[in-house]
Amino acid sequence: MEFIETLLNGLSIGSTYAIIALGYTMVYGIAKMLNFAHGDVIMVGGYMIFLSLTSVGNPILGLLAAVLFCVLLGISIEKVAYKPLRGASPLAVLITAIGVSYLLQSTAQIIFGSAPKMVVVADFGNLTVGELTIPYYMLITLGCSVVIMLALSLFVKYTRTGRAMIAVSEDKGAAQLMGINVNAIITITFAIGSGLAAFAGFFMLMKSPSLSNTLGAMPGIKAFTAAVIGGIGSIPGAMVGGILMGVVEAISLTIPAIAPYTDAIEFLVLIVILLFRPSGILGKVRREKV
Amino acid sequence: MALLEVKDLEVYYGVIRALKGISFEVEKGEIVTLIGANGAGKTTTMQSVIGLIPARHGKVIFDGRDITKTPCHKIVHLGMSQVPEGRRVFQELTVYENLMMGAYSQKDNNSFKEDIDRIYERFPRLAERRNQIAGTLSGGEQQMLAMGRALMSHPKLLMLDEPSMGLSPILVDQVFEIIKDINRDGTTILLVEQNAGKSLAISDRAYVLETGDIVLSGTGAELAASDQVKKAYLGG
Ligand SMILES: Nc1ncnc2c1ncn2[C@@H]1O[C@H](COP(=O)(O)OP(=O)(O)O)[C@@H](O)[C@H]1O
Ligand SMILES: [Mg+2]
Repeated sequence: MEFIETLLNGLSIGSTYAIIALGYTMVYGIAKMLNFAHGDVIMVGGYMIFLSLTSVGNPILGLLAAVLFCVLLGISIEKVAYKPLRGASPLAVLITAIGVSYLLQSTAQIIFGSAPKMVVVADFGNLTVGELTIPYYMLITLGCSVVIMLALSLFVKYTRTGRAMIAVSEDKGAAQLMGINVNAIITITFAIGSGLAAFAGFFMLMKSPSLSNTLGAMPGIKAFTAAVIGGIGSIPGAMVGGILMGVVEAISLTIPAIAPYTDAIEFLVLIVILLFRPSGILGKVRREKV
Repeated sequence: MALLEVKDLEVYYGVIRALKGISFEVEKGEIVTLIGANGAGKTTTMQSVIGLIPARHGKVIFDGRDITKTPCHKIVHLGMSQVPEGRRVFQELTVYENLMMGAYSQKDNNSFKEDIDRIYERFPRLAERRNQIAGTLSGGEQQMLAMGRALMSHPKLLMLDEPSMGLSPILVDQVFEIIKDINRDGTTILLVEQNAGKSLAISDRAYVLETGDIVLSGTGAELAASDQVKKAYLGG
């Protein structure tokens, strides 16, 4: 029984990682850059939920406000910070992304102070089935994530814009020759990734109500790790990698001997997997074109 | 007025001047070929005309409109299409999905079904393999797919960059036949080739490009008969 609870916990943590990892991996696939500020967008979403809860008090409205704000934030970050660097060296882009990350964290600290805020999204209670006790927030997280991942997969596969995203991620030049506006596709990708980050912020606050300006830092790094484990650039890879990280984390936390080293164990998983599959579980081994 | 008019086009890669101010034109209905050795600047010309590489100086006028500074995706919407060097089909998409990408610029896609049937008729091989992932096609099939994909947008001007590269002699003949066919059906063609013999034979006019400069021009027949071309591009 306890194992099933642990597993469900792992799946809910993992699906949160997966939702964040999707943002990293889609931006990487399409703009070929690592958006290190992605984790901090989660934090901004968290503060939007906090503001909505303290003013209006409705968690669903809070989530919607966070999604909307993060989408606009993501689009603005891309336009102001990254777009001028199109074609610049990857190192310049990376440094800029780190700069944006600090900017977001510092701005949040200036506005909201450095003491953590308590953000109780709602009292969800538990579902009891026989001996099984499952907190409802886990089921909400899992359910929402599954719907999001399904919707995203269908969007990419079956819509004109989704297919354009695949085309851009594979060959920007050839995509332009199809009449695809690559800049517009990059903007849409940032919008989707940032909207997902807001959902992740909501899931995280449901699980643990403490909100500070570093809310997104560790989950951001773990989700990035998950994206690499799954194969950076691959959408199913981000899902698989995220779930794997979450399950490893949940199991490790229940074993007293290794619980304190849980973070290290998760990164160890990365190293081991990359040893055997250098481009990740579902990553493409790039064939050289002749 | 010419369908495509290129005037004094200069293109740089960093400090390297890859095109030194070339001028040429393509009249509606023609097949025009640029021939030239490896590194002459043929691909640079093609990519610059369609807006993938910016021009430093000069003008590109298409269908009466100055497109020198127009981004590639907009030029495609104006009715120019290109089969790029190396084909560059989308390896992870199926044949059908690649053809859909080709129709991306067609906003109200009422004729999609007819268009794709027309492509399948012209390239029966693609019809057989419509659900196959493009990366698993042979080189010849990928070339057919790249051509089919480029035709899905109903281009006024179709540009082909070395479509015969890496193909077996039978396939090469087939590709040139198809190009003639496409032209006969009303599409203007700008062709780039190292295979000078075959391309001059189907061309109305041609230009010879040497290290970023046009050094010779004339009708296909004139160039095929010229000593200079014979010596440099037709093996004596
Ligand atoms: N991306 C690039 N960066 C720098 N130089 C390039 C690049 N692409 C082509 N060149 C140079 O420009 C010249 C013309 O190349 P290209 O247009 O590809 O010739 P062609 O298609 O006739 O073989 C060559 O000298 C080539 O080395
Ligand atoms: Mg070339």
